[in-house]
Amino acid sequence: MTITLDRETIKQDRALTTEEVERLRNEFPILRTRPNGKPLIYFDNAATSQKPYRVLCAIDKYYKNQNANVHRGVHFLSEIATSAYECARKKVQRFLNANLSCEIVFTRGTTEGINLVSNSYGRKNVKAGDEILISYMEHHSNIVPWQMLCENTGAVLKVLPINREGELILDDLENLLSPRTKIVAITHVSNALGTINPIKRIIRAAHERGAVVLIDAAQSASHLPIDVQDLGCDFLVCSGHKMYGPTGIGVLYGRAELLDSMPPYQGGGDMILSVRFDKTTYNTLPHKFEAGTPHIAGAIGLGAAIEFLNSVGMKRIEAYERQLLDYATNILKNIDGVHIIGTAREKAGVLSFYMDCAHPHDIGQILDSLGIAVRAGHHCAQPVMEFFGVPATTRASFALFNTRDEIDALAAGILKVKEIFE
Amino acid sequence: MCNRGLYEQIILDHNKNPKNFRVLPDANRQSEGYNPLCGDHYTVYLKLENDQITDISFNGVGCAISKASASVMTQLLKGKTKKEAEDLFAKFHQMVTSDPDKPVNEQELGKLYAFAGVREFPVRIKCATLAWHAMLAALDGKNTPITTE
Repeated sequence: MTITLDRETIKQDRALTTEEVERLRNEFPILRTRPNGKPLIYFDNAATSQKPYRVLCAIDKYYKNQNANVHRGVHFLSEIATSAYECARKKVQRFLNANLSCEIVFTRGTTEGINLVSNSYGRKNVKAGDEILISYMEHHSNIVPWQMLCENTGAVLKVLPINREGELILDDLENLLSPRTKIVAITHVSNALGTINPIKRIIRAAHERGAVVLIDAAQSASHLPIDVQDLGCDFLVCSGHKMYGPTGIGVLYGRAELLDSMPPYQGGGDMILSVRFDKTTYNTLPHKFEAGTPHIAGAIGLGAAIEFLNSVGMKRIEAYERQLLDYATNILKNIDGVHIIGTAREKAGVLSFYMDCAHPHDIGQILDSLGIAVRAGHHCAQPVMEFFGVPATTRASFALFNTRDEIDALAAGILKVKEIFE
Repeated sequence: MCNRGLYEQIILDHNKNPKNFRVLPDANRQSEGYNPLCGDHYTVYLKLENDQITDISFNGVGCAISKASASVMTQLLKGKTKKEAEDLFAKFHQMVTSDPDKPVNEQELGKLYAFAGVREFPVRIKCATLAWHAMLAALDGKNTPITTE
């Protein structure tokens, strides 16, 4: 019997090589800055990613050569701007494998996407006594909007617990889902722990009980391949600035049927077909949810960022970042007095840790003096910090341009912290 | 920027072995200081008798800068009057918020001079002054937690 190898698949799954990463690094002008006179080592990618030239150029080109308002001008520039803006929407559609481009709504970011769903879908469909299920590892932005919805409607917020490894306790899922569960809102990847959640399984279980599911993909969209049709999620939200794109632009994917049934989130221009004092008719999807002049440059920049991600390949990014994570985990877990928080089997490139000898703030400060940018704090996930009994952690989060040499520098920095504070 | 200027030996020592780091059972004033940004959280306890701080302590969690600052504060304020404590805070606050290029009156500030390096790191000013703000609130008899936000 002969085994035919699928060459394309093998090539796609292969991690980036050292040479390729070196080439990719040249696309990021910021990597040439020298904080405190040291080469920049940027490990704060979970907070925001850096921007490659092609994103900066797309934004620059738009403002220099294409700037006009969209959807409402007959002149040359307006047509170009409209087409560039709508072309960006199509790029997002293909990137997430949405069925229709009208299922892609541009927002300010993940937070606004969640607020849109909780305000529009939530207020229409959630009644007193209904339940909303989130998890213990959610970012504040996937907790507070649901708490506000519960306050407004009298619904009850339920929380899926986590274990000491930082994994969701799925055995509890069946008990927490009930016929009253209307919305399940779960993060794809935890920003504080790095855990990759088995969202497909959760989506299926939620659908069996008739609940809709929102996936917070803020921490996964630039690190893992996403296929909304394969996942079967009802809503998915992400932020452009964590995907090598600009700040102020994000995406809400929603199934057309659901978006269609939902009332508008904000009123204003562009979201209407006609306005009379006695009757206003709302625009079609996705414009119904994009009141006012949108962040046109942001959407175009995000489109360029998606082209960048596609040119590298999501599977190869995933494989490379997994290698980085494994390399860093092996080094850090063998340093005496360093404790990693978040040891799930399925993890993305987020390494959260604390040290016996120093507070995260002081660790971050010493690392900064060495040119290494990490995050110190509660990462907008206070329930996670409370669960692990720490006020804060230091977090190194990786991107496709990070290298093993940089992780070695991080380890050396941690040893320096020990030298100073022990 | 070299962190040696920030992490003076006296700060490292007080961080490792903070002074008056305990609950004060007979305190008649207390106030909490909380920095939501980094999770620093302290309670400052005072025993105030006839306008004089006869005893002072603190406990809680936080970074080296906030803990050392709280520790030094409790050492300096024991026996001081309310007015003297407020004046010392004013001098300390003036120093940590001053232009890093300007000279500091080392003699006048004594031990607090160790915190002059904070001037180079604006986000750490909140760390250095957190326990002091809680102390002032306790002096004024305010029970609501002080936050840096």
